[in-house]
Amino acid sequence: MPPQPSAERHEGTMFWIVGFVLLFVLPVLNVLPTEDSWLHVSDFALNRFGKFLAFAILALGLDLIWGYAGILSLGQGVFFGIGAYCMGMHLMLTIGSQSVYGSALPDFMVWNQVTELPFFWKPFYSFSAAVLAGLLAPACFALIFGFLAFRSRIRGVYFAIITQALALMAWLVFNRNETNLGGTNGLTDFKTILGFRLSAPGTQLALYVITVLCLGGAYALCRWVIASRAGRVLIAIRDSEQRVLFSGYSPANYKLFVFVVSAALAGLAGILYVPQVGIITPAQMGVLPSLEMVVWVAVGGRATLVGAIVGAVGVNLGRSILTNSFPELWPFFLGGLFVVVVLLFPDGVMGVAKQVRGKLAARAVRLPKSSAVEGEQV
Amino acid sequence: MKSVIGIGVIAWCLGYCVMGGLAAEAQMNVPPSSQLEQALVDLSSETEGTRDQAVRLLIEQGDAALLPRLEELRANADRSLRMAIKPVADAWRHRMNLASPDADTRRSAATDLGTSGRPAAIPWLEAAAVNESHRWVRYAMEESALLLHLASDNPTVKQQAASKLGDMRSQNAVPALKELVQAGSEATASEPQKTLAQAATIAIERIESWNVWSSAIETLFRGISLSSILLIMSLGLAIVFGLMGVINMAHGELMMIGAYATFVIQECFKLYFPESWFDSYYLAALPASFLAAALFGLILEATVIRFLYGRPLETMLATWGVSLILIQGARMYFGDLTAITAPSWLNGGAQVLVGVFLPFNRLFIIGLSILSVIGIYALLFRSSIGLRVRAVTQNRSMSACLGIPTRKVDAYTFAFGSGLAGIAGWALTLVGNVEPGLGQNYIVDSFMVVVTGGVGKLAGTIIASLGIGGLNKLMEPSLGAVYGKVLILVLVILFLQRRPSGLFAVKGRHAEG
Repeated sequence: MPPQPSAERHEGTMFWIVGFVLLFVLPVLNVLPTEDSWLHVSDFALNRFGKFLAFAILALGLDLIWGYAGILSLGQGVFFGIGAYCMGMHLMLTIGSQSVYGSALPDFMVWNQVTELPFFWKPFYSFSAAVLAGLLAPACFALIFGFLAFRSRIRGVYFAIITQALALMAWLVFNRNETNLGGTNGLTDFKTILGFRLSAPGTQLALYVITVLCLGGAYALCRWVIASRAGRVLIAIRDSEQRVLFSGYSPANYKLFVFVVSAALAGLAGILYVPQVGIITPAQMGVLPSLEMVVWVAVGGRATLVGAIVGAVGVNLGRSILTNSFPELWPFFLGGLFVVVVLLFPDGVMGVAKQVRGKLAARAVRLPKSSAVEGEQV
Repeated sequence: MKSVIGIGVIAWCLGYCVMGGLAAEAQMNVPPSSQLEQALVDLSSETEGTRDQAVRLLIEQGDAALLPRLEELRANADRSLRMAIKPVADAWRHRMNLASPDADTRRSAATDLGTSGRPAAIPWLEAAAVNESHRWVRYAMEESALLLHLASDNPTVKQQAASKLGDMRSQNAVPALKELVQAGSEATASEPQKTLAQAATIAIERIESWNVWSSAIETLFRGISLSSILLIMSLGLAIVFGLMGVINMAHGELMMIGAYATFVIQECFKLYFPESWFDSYYLAALPASFLAAALFGLILEATVIRFLYGRPLETMLATWGVSLILIQGARMYFGDLTAITAPSWLNGGAQVLVGVFLPFNRLFIIGLSILSVIGIYALLFRSSIGLRVRAVTQNRSMSACLGIPTRKVDAYTFAFGSGLAGIAGWALTLVGNVEPGLGQNYIVDSFMVVVTGGVGKLAGTIIASLGIGGLNKLMEPSLGAVYGKVLILVLVILFLQRRPSGLFAVKGRHAEG
């Protein structure tokens, strides 16, 4: 289902409005009004929102492969985790001797009696290297994994299961102490980023703004991919891979491309997530978080980029509200959400919104003809 | 020179025997009971020599009938007296236990006597071994007797004992044999010590080469045991996948339901039935766990899965949502950890070879998986229901045209697959705790089995679960559980390079759905 021109224009307007609100209104409301004003957006709220928007970047990538190309990856958490660990390693190293043990090595290495910095930590002294690695490492990993998977035409349920196994393996490996990635406790206790203190509201505000800009960039990228010829082929692959193959295209290459893009976006989300949240543990990259990421997209609405963003922000908002007040009920809610969305609202929030809009439009058309039966129609 | 030593040794032996005989005669002259009385009194003596002699005498001459007397003494004894009493009481008790009707008691008595270092126990053990009918108890008795011989003063006896222990592949003898080797390698070692060390070295080599074999056999067994758990789990999953193209992510939770059904039945037996019936709860739980899980499967099929027909990815996600709800529900209702008491007839195990011990519960699971395979084979290939299931699996629309009620076949097959998961849960209670996350531990592995095995082929599932379970255990010792699993994932991906639709792919027109 290629997006209609009118819908595209509509989305374009929405893009600028939402972008304006996120980029200017929220930060201004954070800085300008006094603390007790009802308009005031607290530092905490802004920081949390920044985290959701980082997730939204990931959701965009996931929507790209699942919604448009029909590839369900249950291992997005792995790419997110790799990106996040790259940034986390850099932040760990910038702590330097301010750590608890006063050693130049990260604290957990001191506990584990590692005396020398492992070789793969060394490049992460540089910020730009860390960011580059955070983008490229997931992308390269996805390239190798995707190459093997798509070349042998592993798809559908098979691909989903293999990627789920991948998430389990990554979780297991990152939990080990001997991989020198902090084990179960992960990386945390960060102090500064590029010399700015992470606990300062200004730093967090800047990180928020950067996240919004990245989200905008990611959105534009996904939009461009979908609108391109490759995007058309991807949608065709989703609808019938056989026909695409018989038409002389090589679905594997297109799928590989979009898989790598989504992995890089997940890595970017991880890079932005770590400084804002201040901790990354293997628990964020396992089987369950990876599945939860799929819920965001499903709830928001597949094959609509806006839906992915709405879903990621909405589900996470619901999560943080529910886990605060009823921690025991969250799994029920999440599970129920999944069943209900898949069964009743396969197109998610955006699908419902579209239906409502359709109804309103139908009503508007019908209104002049007969106003008597309007309520019961459609 | 050698002959001189030989003669010397023989003479020495003879002298020893004669003296022993004389000593025995001398003791015979005194009424034994009074001698024992004297020894009992001597136990409390201040002099260490007297005390030791009394201990030795009591061990050699006394028997368990005197135990009450010892208890009496111990009641108001000081520390040194208690220390003196303990070996005597232990020796008597072990000697008495050698004739116990329970094989395990006999065996542990024999093992304990072997480590006690009391040569007096040799005749007891040898006498008991002659009449022993249980193979491994007899083995323990002979082993212990030889171990005690190893501590004797006679080099010939020692050498014979060492080589016999080597023949028996006795694991327990290794430390003692190593000591002999050590003694022989010292510069001051005498000629007999050196020959003895040589014999001990040979024995150790034989024992250790056997260890390699026995540990290989045990690894193999563990692999088969894990494989059969995976197999029972995957069978239901694979049948449903083959029939409906659906991966049921809640399969692990259906297993959990089977496990909790077992737990509930156990609790019912504790509450409402006489204690002597308790062991049979486990059998009663088999139909219960099957039915509970099958019922749940039926409900799941009717409320969720049938609306998602033809959309396998959505089905995965929806069933995953269901699994989340089930896990949390179980956690809130049953709590985090509930243990099952395995029925007594599944405790313990069978020893099949020296150092190879197979626990009954694992054997039971292996047997169960074989039975399941046979049962499913019979159902699928030898019954009219199976014929329909196979027809729908092969070509759904054609089967519908021919009047097969495909909806009903779907529903019943799904329920049957769920019931199999329940049985898997029932079996799993033997090897682990019942906990809400039970299904999650094996589920990814069993997905891999289904993917590797291919769609709708029983043989593929069997071979894949044997392969994955076996590899898992095979690589665990060298790589550790985690890297072993990582390697398996890599191997599965590489394997799928060559056979993208699993071991036994459906060929032809239906291959690409």
